[in-house]
Amino acid sequence: MQLSNMYQEVILDHYKTPRGKGLQSPFGGEAHHVNPTCGDEITVRVLLSDDGKTIKKISYDSTGCSISQASASIMFEQVDGKSIDEFDKASNEFLAMMQSKGNFEPNEDLLGDGISMIGVAQYPARIKCALLSWMAAKDAIIRANGDK
Amino acid sequence: MTNTDSKIKLDIKKIQLDFPILSREVRNNRKLIYLDSAATSQKPQVVIDAQNNFYETINSGVHRGAYYLAELATDAHEHAREIIASFVNIKPDQLVFTKNATESLNLLSYSFLNATLKAKYGTDVDKRLILNPGDEILVSELEHHANLVPWQELCLKTGAILKWIPITEQGILDYSKIESLINPKTKIVSVSHMSNVLGSITDIALVGKAAKSVGAFFFIDACQSVPHMPVDFSKLGADAIAWSGHKMLGPLGIGLLAATEELLEIMPPFISGGSMIETVSMQKSTFTKAPKKFEAGTPPAAEAVGLGAAVEYLQKIGMENVHNHERHLTKLMVEGLKNIEGVTIYGPTDDQDRGSTVSFALNGLHPHDVGQVLDDMGIAVRVGNHCARPIMDKLKVQSTTRASTYIYNDDSDIQALLEGIDEVFRFFGSK
Repeated sequence: MQLSNMYQEVILDHYKTPRGKGLQSPFGGEAHHVNPTCGDEITVRVLLSDDGKTIKKISYDSTGCSISQASASIMFEQVDGKSIDEFDKASNEFLAMMQSKGNFEPNEDLLGDGISMIGVAQYPARIKCALLSWMAAKDAIIRANGDK
Repeated sequence: MTNTDSKIKLDIKKIQLDFPILSREVRNNRKLIYLDSAATSQKPQVVIDAQNNFYETINSGVHRGAYYLAELATDAHEHAREIIASFVNIKPDQLVFTKNATESLNLLSYSFLNATLKAKYGTDVDKRLILNPGDEILVSELEHHANLVPWQELCLKTGAILKWIPITEQGILDYSKIESLINPKTKIVSVSHMSNVLGSITDIALVGKAAKSVGAFFFIDACQSVPHMPVDFSKLGADAIAWSGHKMLGPLGIGLLAATEELLEIMPPFISGGSMIETVSMQKSTFTKAPKKFEAGTPPAAEAVGLGAAVEYLQKIGMENVHNHERHLTKLMVEGLKNIEGVTIYGPTDDQDRGSTVSFALNGLHPHDVGQVLDDMGIAVRVGNHCARPIMDKLKVQSTTRASTYIYNDDSDIQALLEGIDEVFRFFGSK
């Protein structure tokens, strides 16, 4: 069944046991993103280092489908404690993969379990679900830096 | 030609052959099982042909030009208006073509804004259309955004106050609250005839009577009712009803507004420009009469002709028969869903009259995931908030899965849905 390309075991695992879920304080920037078609919502908070170059702590709370929930969990694993530079590389790689219609060789060093989302890229209606957490994180980082 | 025998057994297999899209395959070479007609209906060949025929044989600007083709195109456009008007039992001049039902409802709300503004700057307008701060507009909690947001906007622009009739646990209007919500300050009452999420049907006579008891205008969002049951405008007691063509086998891009002659006479124009004027000078313009007063610009004539063909197609089947067939499917669906453990149905589940739009949840599973697995089996359902976010808040859910039927669905489609739901539970290992 083609469907198992999308719902890979690793995605269902992140969905059923999300990593890092729950908002934490203190934080420097927060962003709330909504997918208006299905009502999925996420709030992401980031705390940056004093020089603004490292994500000291990222946390999130979200409700939504398996893809959006798993993506948030995977995003947390990949970028918590990493540099902004590493976040940007991972986030750009993830975006490129999602826009590839599935014709892509994702870099596992950058995306970790995120490479399992390649199947989602074949379903245009679900791409936004996968991107929701990454876009919210990007916004939260911009806001955290803006406050500096 | 109208078939009014309500006991007739329709040959659904034969009807299905009229809809070319139903013979195509979808994902994984599966047969398409289309259960999203509340969003948009499929089109029979006669509608596609009527629209194509317009472009192939008579395409030209309607209501402009004195040449042969322009005459034929204008005749076809106005003939479609006659067919559609008779379908809801009004005169052709009481029917306004719009882009969609959302535009029809905006036409109504903007009429109040435009009248209010024009009065302020010295134009003589009918005082019933002028809104003052503190005036009230009453809707219900189960409105589609199209019959909610335009009224919210109107309130923000005039100082009027929006009130709403709450819904009960069963998803029908709490009629006991109407008396306390309606008063002489109520200027507009606008409610949906049938919920696009829950399938519940509003007691229009009751709400209309309440509206009229305080002299308010009474409007109905009839998007889900006109395509699925007999609707006679004169029996609704409404000043205007709005609905769309594409939900009743017609083309996309054409909506409708049926209104009383009086309302059409007093409402100022909404969209202005060509085709809706009498005389124009650099200083000012005068406007033609309804319906053309509300049809500025080149109209979607091929779409009107296509919709005319759709209405004729429905009339041949008979709206009572359409309604009865869908009642049968709804009963199958509701009973079937009730028998599956872990399924929650939203909206009326007893034998009362309800539409064939059924919202439900599979416990522990997100509708997006439910819809995805069903799609893998060729079953098209809607997932999301169905442009009715306040209902989601009331139900305390983020979104629902919704299945809705039409005349081309049969028992096997409902069976496929029910079996599909079992498969969804199996796939996610949640049973």
